[in-house]
Amino acid sequence: MNFNDYDPGDFYDELFVAPGQPRPDAIPLIERMTSLGIEEVLRRQQAAQVALFKLGVTFNVYSDNQGTERILPFDIIPRIVSAADWEVLERGLKQRIHALNLFLSDIYSDQKILADGIIPAEIVFSASGFLKPCMGLQPPGGIWCHITGTDLVRDRSGRWYVLEDNLRCPSGVSYVLENRRVMKSTFPLVFDTMQIQPVEEYPSQLLETLLNLAPAHLTDPTVVVLTPGIYNSAYFEHSFLAQQMGVQLVEGRDLVVADGFLQMRTTKGLQRVDVIYRRIDDDFIDPTVFRADSTLGVPGLMEVYRAGRVAIANALGTGVADDKVIYSYVPDMIRYYLGEDAILANVPTYLCWESSQQSHVLENLDQLVVKSAGESGGYGMLVGPHATQAERDEFAAKIKAFPRNYIAQPTLCLSRVPAFIDNNFEGCHVDLRPYILYGKQIFVNPGGLTRVALRRGSLVVNSSQGGGSKDTWVVCQ
Amino acid sequence: MLSRVADSIYWLNRYVERAENVARFVEVNLNLLLDSPSGMAQQWEPIIWTTGDLSLFRERHGEGAAEKVVRFLSFDTAYPNSIVSCLRSARENARSIREVISSEMWEQVNSFYLMVSEVAESGSLSDLSAVLKFFGDVKLQSHLFAGVMDATMTHNEGWHFGQIGRLIERADKTARILDVKYYILLPSVNYVGSTLDELQWMALLKSASAYEMYRKQGAHRITPNAVADFLILDTEFPRSVRSCILQAERSLHQITGTPIGNWRIPVERTMGRLRADLDYVTIEEIFETGLHEYLDGLQSRMNEVDSKIFETFFALQPVA
Repeated sequence: MNFNDYDPGDFYDELFVAPGQPRPDAIPLIERMTSLGIEEVLRRQQAAQVALFKLGVTFNVYSDNQGTERILPFDIIPRIVSAADWEVLERGLKQRIHALNLFLSDIYSDQKILADGIIPAEIVFSASGFLKPCMGLQPPGGIWCHITGTDLVRDRSGRWYVLEDNLRCPSGVSYVLENRRVMKSTFPLVFDTMQIQPVEEYPSQLLETLLNLAPAHLTDPTVVVLTPGIYNSAYFEHSFLAQQMGVQLVEGRDLVVADGFLQMRTTKGLQRVDVIYRRIDDDFIDPTVFRADSTLGVPGLMEVYRAGRVAIANALGTGVADDKVIYSYVPDMIRYYLGEDAILANVPTYLCWESSQQSHVLENLDQLVVKSAGESGGYGMLVGPHATQAERDEFAAKIKAFPRNYIAQPTLCLSRVPAFIDNNFEGCHVDLRPYILYGKQIFVNPGGLTRVALRRGSLVVNSSQGGGSKDTWVVCQ
Repeated sequence: MLSRVADSIYWLNRYVERAENVARFVEVNLNLLLDSPSGMAQQWEPIIWTTGDLSLFRERHGEGAAEKVVRFLSFDTAYPNSIVSCLRSARENARSIREVISSEMWEQVNSFYLMVSEVAESGSLSDLSAVLKFFGDVKLQSHLFAGVMDATMTHNEGWHFGQIGRLIERADKTARILDVKYYILLPSVNYVGSTLDELQWMALLKSASAYEMYRKQGAHRITPNAVADFLILDTEFPRSVRSCILQAERSLHQITGTPIGNWRIPVERTMGRLRADLDYVTIEEIFETGLHEYLDGLQSRMNEVDSKIFETFFALQPVA
């Protein structure tokens, strides 16, 4: 088999324009793979998987028995993003995060955007991510969303869209770093010929972002990563990031509020904590304020946080902007706060709580993707064209019962990148999740996690639903 | 260092050491059986007596027979001190502190666990030479882990907690290995001092990897007094109780910063007193007390050290 026999078909393919015709940026890669031959490339694919397994780059699946770890399937054919595309994405993401942050500040203080009628107030107040206890919070520097992992997709024409913002605890950045490490040993010569932007700066940038939140008078602030523990699906990443930044990885049971500060239990007594990078959801962070049954958080933390004696990244309450109904207003926010047009488009979204849109949704369920407004990770959704009539009926009933909870979007024909399925070179649908840090400035890590649907024809790329990952190469200008 | 992390690294080392010593127990008994006159009843239950888990064994497996005992001690996932359970616990602890230990340590404990669980799943114990090889592999993997930890991790506070865990576990198990002889019955009183008796003492030394070192240290002849003296009171043999406690005390004082010979906190006093007793007791006094009774007492005192370490460093509660 020859790579040039690969047929991109009737899709936007990230590496090929037509059979035998790679995109200009992909030429060095395809030439190198052709010279290695398919067997050698497959051998390298296996070596890369083994390397990731040995590194212990694993995730847990919620539905499995406790302690079951898997590696995220990794495909060694990278996804390539041209310099011109990246320039637009970077500007667009910065603009979007800037506006979303202004929205969060506003919504937990003056709520001008509601008073001015840009977003219906009841939509915000009914969002599960809207947290009343956060009203009046003033996080350091006015920054709420320090770490974002925005999901981007491309349609059949190659146009980019923002699919989700993920302002809570986006995961996956450890794969970006580990995939790159493995890829450099897999295709060293290609890295040599192509100018690919490095991604390795991320841990240092993340540490800077976190240090930026500590009070200025502290010379040596204590930063920690807060994890739910080893059974969490992203535990490897929590541990990895703590290690890369050289900070403590703590669990809720390591922390205690004493003398008005957040402290951690050490062998030498209690030690003050100044900044938390938390990988625990808002609901679980303080049982005295939010879910009382949470054993993952720290009783009393919210009070210390309100008093400005500890900084939390991301701030509590950012989940309100992840609500998929509120997502549909992001272009309006950009216009409202920044006076600009959105550089990156939203996926067209039908809001089921508006009756005219709802009837359109119900009539076209077989062509739409329905998502529940408060969920993420590929849970609670219906892919209309691939669903059975019974499943569609079930969703129709849910939509009618709780219209506020549902939105619908056209089924996008996601762009594809060739990947190995059963040792064959086939086109697979992908998305892209770049990671954005909001510290002194907004930093977009050049690259990101390309998630790939490794089931033939599947459009769902989530790791919990059989997806894998690829390295993402952003070409230098 | 976080209390939880110190606790995990302490138990990581205890569990690896425990797995190694279970392998040693079983191995010594297998060796003894091979040397016993045929027709003599197989003595497997004594081994389980020394682990202190006889009632659990009876509940799960009934009467002791060779294969059942080996399976219980090696592969029973419901028995928390079996080799496979120890490795699972060791790995869980390691996984929760991966960012603190070296990646080489993680890889070693991970592949150790995979090796043990693979054998546990394939689980044929009918081939005696394969069984013996398995116990040899367990010991080797444990030594590898200790070596990797020594050579790749900074000898900081966490490392010293790991050392204390390993050394207390080792001292406890050496005492128990010696105690096996108390439980193993000779056919009759006439056998005391016989070839069979001597073979049993030799097997016991071998299971503590002490046979050659014992022979080298001067008292060449194998006598109960001299063997017990070596395994309890030798200062240089790394598996003797006294040598383990000496080193554990050093690590403890590295952590607290108190000079050895003084104490500020109760755990230093408990550990120091145990060490001092071992420094000044004689083997004659031990036999006067009764070897079994003395070893029993040693084990309780080591448990006391363990709980003091827990109270002092791991179970910190804020002042209410």
